[in-house]
Amino acid sequence: MAAASPHDRMAAPEGAGGFLAWLMAPERRGPLLVAPAVIVLFVMNIFPLLWSFGLSFFNYRANRQDVPDFVGLRFYERVLSDPDVWDRFQTTAVIVGSSVVLQLVIGFLLALMFAREFPLRRILLMLVLAPMMLSFVSVGVFFKLYYEPTFGLLSQFVSTFTGEPFVLLGTPTGAIVGIVVADAWMWSPFVMLLVLAGLVSVPKYLYEAAEIDRASWWRRFRTITFPYIKSLLLLAVLFRTIETFKLFDIVYIITEGGPGTATETIAVFTYRVAFQFFRTSQSSALAYIILFVVIVLTNLYLYAVKRREQEVA
Amino acid sequence: MARPREIGKAGWGWTLFAGLISLVYFFPVLWIVLTAFKTRTDALAVPAKLFFTPTMQNFINVFYRESITAGAAQATEFPLYFFNSIFVSGTSVALAIVLGTLAAYAFSRYPLRGNDTYLFIILTTRMMPPIVVIIPIFLMFRLTGLSGSYWGIILLYTAFNIPFSIWLVKSFFDELNPEIEDAARMDGANERRVFFGVCLPQILAGLAATFVFGLILTWNEFLFALLLTGVETRTVPVAMARTMGGEVGVDYGLLAAIVTLFLVPIFIVTYLLQNQLLRGVTFGTVKK
Repeated sequence: MAAASPHDRMAAPEGAGGFLAWLMAPERRGPLLVAPAVIVLFVMNIFPLLWSFGLSFFNYRANRQDVPDFVGLRFYERVLSDPDVWDRFQTTAVIVGSSVVLQLVIGFLLALMFAREFPLRRILLMLVLAPMMLSFVSVGVFFKLYYEPTFGLLSQFVSTFTGEPFVLLGTPTGAIVGIVVADAWMWSPFVMLLVLAGLVSVPKYLYEAAEIDRASWWRRFRTITFPYIKSLLLLAVLFRTIETFKLFDIVYIITEGGPGTATETIAVFTYRVAFQFFRTSQSSALAYIILFVVIVLTNLYLYAVKRREQEVA
Repeated sequence: MARPREIGKAGWGWTLFAGLISLVYFFPVLWIVLTAFKTRTDALAVPAKLFFTPTMQNFINVFYRESITAGAAQATEFPLYFFNSIFVSGTSVALAIVLGTLAAYAFSRYPLRGNDTYLFIILTTRMMPPIVVIIPIFLMFRLTGLSGSYWGIILLYTAFNIPFSIWLVKSFFDELNPEIEDAARMDGANERRVFFGVCLPQILAGLAATFVFGLILTWNEFLFALLLTGVETRTVPVAMARTMGGEVGVDYGLLAAIVTLFLVPIFIVTYLLQNQLLRGVTFGTVKK
């Protein structure tokens, strides 16, 4: 589609006017309009993607001058048979699972709160949206400070009850909790926006009818509200799962993957392989396995979007 | 307080309740903002100080301070970094919207064979972990000399924003009533006029939503900015990270001042376009 443009030029010998007329023909309008976006995408995303796909079949280190030699699927074998990789996938799954569930619960409750019209709603909504607008770096640095045993707000708060310093990040479980709380805090507003959009789209007469019938809160929720926000919730789950799967900055800043490797997500692990051990090819193979997982999730995600569209239509 | 209902009006009682919850939720951000007004001792005081004598020193330090390498106090490069962040995010999001709108119009009005497949591939490029492409992009930028230039990082961010722009804007185009366009054609409007005069004005709110959404995601990007910007094109997130390393511990007051200043522009833009954002975030699947 987009690749047609270089050939076009040769096929138009009658000069610029003729070429333009040829190019503007109705049947070429679609490809022509799509072309600029696709060219940028190709150069900046798809081409590097293919390049790293190629790298994953060669023995190559970005910090050496050696000529890369072809090793076929060796790195995929090595990555897939590496117990460390499976361990990191498990860590990632735990973090993703708990963080997404937490985001869903908090986001949902916040949305219920903001689904009404009340004074100062716009301003209060901005307060809740603020975490989403912070950078990962600042969230990471300041949450690390909040968790810090002596100066940290959390530790100070806890130790007024227990009387001894509280070290959250010292244990594997504590470290995971620390990461999950920071990530969930940052992105629950996103879930809130999605759910809120669903809640706002529920026709009001349905609630009025339910009120006349004296339906219970739970019944109203189950039969009216939930059907309207169901697929939006699914959308939120999938989108946040895909994004949390890539979680890197917060982990890297708060725990650097520690204690030990307790919070080393697959993204942090890949970064280490690529930029600390300089096993460029191995990291490419690893990255491709991540990409595969993401594509599967994306498919599920699109399925959810499609369902939503059909419901609304 | 009014009777509990899922959707409806609520009075000041609800404001009080929501205000309390919102403040608790906002507290970690509020603490950053407070830290920005604290002296170095107050920032790390035990027990933590909620009330203190505010100082503007941190904000002055953002723009004018002494460093270990340079010795005497001198102006920092932060105005440049703020400019870079605004320029790079603004340009790339705007560029992505222009290219995305053209493509979205084509996907919506002139479907190609395998339309959905193309749309899927386009979305996949946005979903992939940055780590997949970071090495090739790094090598590519070094080879072509794009590394450290405005164009390099702008094009890269544009590419990141294009998939969402296409998906969002397409859903806005899909919702328009085609009869209005046909009526315009009957009146003798050419295709360019149908696009600029009929379709585009109807989706301006959608474009605003796309802009906010893209801006929030681009504004704070760190990893690619760290690897691909140079001294002249460095953005604030990278500069922020650099103020933490090297010197004696993290200067939380200074960092908080940078975070606070950096939050202001995106906060204002989001506030102004708040109603559109509600739409943007659901990828346009919610009808009005």
